[in-house]
Amino acid sequence: MTLAALTPRLRELLEPDAVITDPVRLRTYECDGLTYHRATPGVVVLPETAEQIAAIVRLCNEHGTPFVARGSGTGLSGGALPRTDGVLVVTSRMRRILEIDIPNRRAVVEPGVTNLAITEAVRAQGYYYAPDPSSQQVCSIGGNVAENSGGAHCLKYGFTVNHVQACEIVTPDGEIVRLDRVDAGYDLLGAFVGSEGTLGIATKITVRLSRTPESVITVLAAYDSIEEGGKAVSAIIGAGIVPAAIEMMDALAIEAAEAAVACRYPDNAGAVLIVELDGPRAEVDRQFAQLKEICSGAFELRVAADAIERAAIWRGRKSAFAAVGRISPAYIVQDGVVPRTSLPQVLASIDRLSAEHGIRVANVFHAGDGNLHPLVLFDDAEPGAGERAEIVSGAILDLCIEHGGSITGEHGVGVDKSRYMPKMFSDDDLDTMQLVRCAFDPRGLSNPGKVFPTPRLCGEVPGVRRGVHPLVEAGKAEQF
Amino acid sequence: MDPELIKDCVHCGFCLPTCPTYVLWGEEMDSPRGRIHLMAQHVEGTPITPEMAGHFDACLGCMACVTACPSGVRYNRLIEQTRAVVEREHVRDPQERAVRGIVFGLFPYPRRLRLLRLPMRLSERMRPFLERVHPSLGAMAALAPKVERRQRLPRLVRARGPRRAVVGMLAGCVQREFFPQVNAATARVLALEGCDVVIPPSQGCCGALSVHSGREDQARRLAKRTIRTFERAGVSTVVVNAAGCGSSMKEYADLLAGEPGWAARAAALRVVDLAEWLAELGPAAKRHPLPLTVAYHDACHLAHAQGIRRQPRELLADIPGLSLREIPESEICCGSAGTYNIFQPEAARDLGDRKAAHVASVGADLLVSANPGCTMQIAAAMRRRDHPIRVAHTAEVLDASLRGVTL
Repeated sequence: MTLAALTPRLRELLEPDAVITDPVRLRTYECDGLTYHRATPGVVVLPETAEQIAAIVRLCNEHGTPFVARGSGTGLSGGALPRTDGVLVVTSRMRRILEIDIPNRRAVVEPGVTNLAITEAVRAQGYYYAPDPSSQQVCSIGGNVAENSGGAHCLKYGFTVNHVQACEIVTPDGEIVRLDRVDAGYDLLGAFVGSEGTLGIATKITVRLSRTPESVITVLAAYDSIEEGGKAVSAIIGAGIVPAAIEMMDALAIEAAEAAVACRYPDNAGAVLIVELDGPRAEVDRQFAQLKEICSGAFELRVAADAIERAAIWRGRKSAFAAVGRISPAYIVQDGVVPRTSLPQVLASIDRLSAEHGIRVANVFHAGDGNLHPLVLFDDAEPGAGERAEIVSGAILDLCIEHGGSITGEHGVGVDKSRYMPKMFSDDDLDTMQLVRCAFDPRGLSNPGKVFPTPRLCGEVPGVRRGVHPLVEAGKAEQF
Repeated sequence: MDPELIKDCVHCGFCLPTCPTYVLWGEEMDSPRGRIHLMAQHVEGTPITPEMAGHFDACLGCMACVTACPSGVRYNRLIEQTRAVVEREHVRDPQERAVRGIVFGLFPYPRRLRLLRLPMRLSERMRPFLERVHPSLGAMAALAPKVERRQRLPRLVRARGPRRAVVGMLAGCVQREFFPQVNAATARVLALEGCDVVIPPSQGCCGALSVHSGREDQARRLAKRTIRTFERAGVSTVVVNAAGCGSSMKEYADLLAGEPGWAARAAALRVVDLAEWLAELGPAAKRHPLPLTVAYHDACHLAHAQGIRRQPRELLADIPGLSLREIPESEICCGSAGTYNIFQPEAARDLGDRKAAHVASVGADLLVSANPGCTMQIAAAMRRRDHPIRVAHTAEVLDASLRGVTL
């Protein structure tokens, strides 16, 4: 069934301005934060309630039309890349905070609420929402759930999955279901968080609120080289300190941040470390004393005197991705993970790759948990530069896998990294994941083409052969 | 629409939550990122469609996105260029054209504005009629402030005490005709702080409304006239008390970039906002106490376009007895935005109501802002929610404190 037949039905369900079909308007939704992949959606809908989303999804089922959910469109793996033959369900009008329950330390919000809006709503009462992606002022909580987003402070506090207590979701067949952490049986909520839109659309999210720490100390340590910075990171963790965050930036990333927000990091630093300690005052003070000793190799150690200075230190780090736009016409943000102890070797290898291909790489990373964000810089006007950057970017992921790490720490697989999945997982692993997906979405309509490398067929249960599927025969799909 | 400026946008979306129309409607095409995408489509060859023009028209030009952007996208230049293209290539419907004709034939001309003073007194009664003719005319009537007696400003106001500087002063159009008391206060404050204030009587509109609406030819003409006027008056620094005017005048060199001689003359003229100038000069006159609770409103063209946030707050906070309160969501525009509340009355009204709710939550006696448009807009929104609040310009508060009179 075509979209032409579906669109009038969508108009019956939604306000007139909530169904977008004008081609010029549609194109503004062609990509999210990763502009490398683009696809103009067939139709965009802007629902305001879970019931509307459920009705939209049921319609899609009726017509066999794929649908993709999108929040603020800030994802960096193309997880919300639209389908030209499908419906893009945008949650940006669902941004009410429905309930704040301080005694039980939780809040219930709609999926389009931004990450930071939750913190702002409860800050005065001494609480905050812990996961803090760098895009926290704009990224939506629905997107955070889909991607299991992290952030600088996840080293100590964990990722989105650790801070979501319940979700109301619309399943891929259009049913409204509540998944709760306290449900007995399988941890379906755990399966849903991080499923990148392939298991349904979150419509109401109950998040855990954390107490604002009594004391926070933010330290900026400047080193001559990345190696020295890396050694300090290992020493901090080795000493048994779990800081709220340990971030590292190399010289090129510092240059970009300086150009963008004038963060005034120490001159001529080969690397800076941002270490934040938080918790009860006595504990923080003791850890700070230890930290000063460990960081004695730094040529400058700066301690934020107040919230304004702390914000100034963080501003440089949090704007780093977009800031790179100031020093390079185009770039790829990579996201990979390596064991912390392999950091020095991996960084040295990235250096070599960079020199070999004549492609600059700026490094920004959550050093505490080995989550790298190499920014691969290139000039898209220079013939072949984009391809070379792609090669470097891909080779960095190979490095991560070689060292026993992962192809993504927090940006998700999306469409961008699906082709790396077979490098990291065996066919059996992928088949097992596919079984989970099929349990939720047997028709493969919910965000198809993401996460998994090739279109797979839910009807085909692994191990049971039922002859050759027509799509396989046509060479359009791969059977497993 | 310069493709190089468009390329600076990396599509990160950091601008979305600070964009007033995205806050209202939650759709990509009405966000800065979406509008830049539309500009890119036009550069690639898509003609300006009515839908596209609608999304550009809906932009308030508040520049909150410029503050939020980590990539340094010069959205201010982009939207100005875009508006000029829209004016050239897009045919508006006749009614819209007529209303725009009235507004642009009126506001940049102080003498013509003066003719409005009488009908403005009748605005309350005329509103239902005007509303029927066109919503924009109704909006104009609803915004009309109570106009104070005209005060003719002298050509020169001498510094009190030792002279510390000689400055020119822009009188503005709306400011001069509808808020003459603000100009009088500005001149007195400058004089009390030791400045000779030169106010050339021949000055006209600075061109801000035109440049913000894509009428570049009119804007250039008015800019040149303003430069010439202050050159002849023999001043090299011009103090401006209207945020919208100040931000445009600071960009004269960009506006006149095509004419090197004029661009150089523009660059030689230093334009400063009143608060910026007073903060730089440092206080000399004695401040008398003003026992007031004041909510300070950031005018977009002061905070976002000129980056002036600290100075007015410090000037106010330094007044003994005055307690300064912050308005929640202060970075979001009040909906005034030059002529926006006239051309886009519905969106402006929604933003005004949102702002009024935040202002009301602060519990202040007085709302202070540095732009006449904001003052009219917020005052009207406060009247709508039956929570009228007194409004004043930063200059009026300082004037009262410096002279030791009540406000």
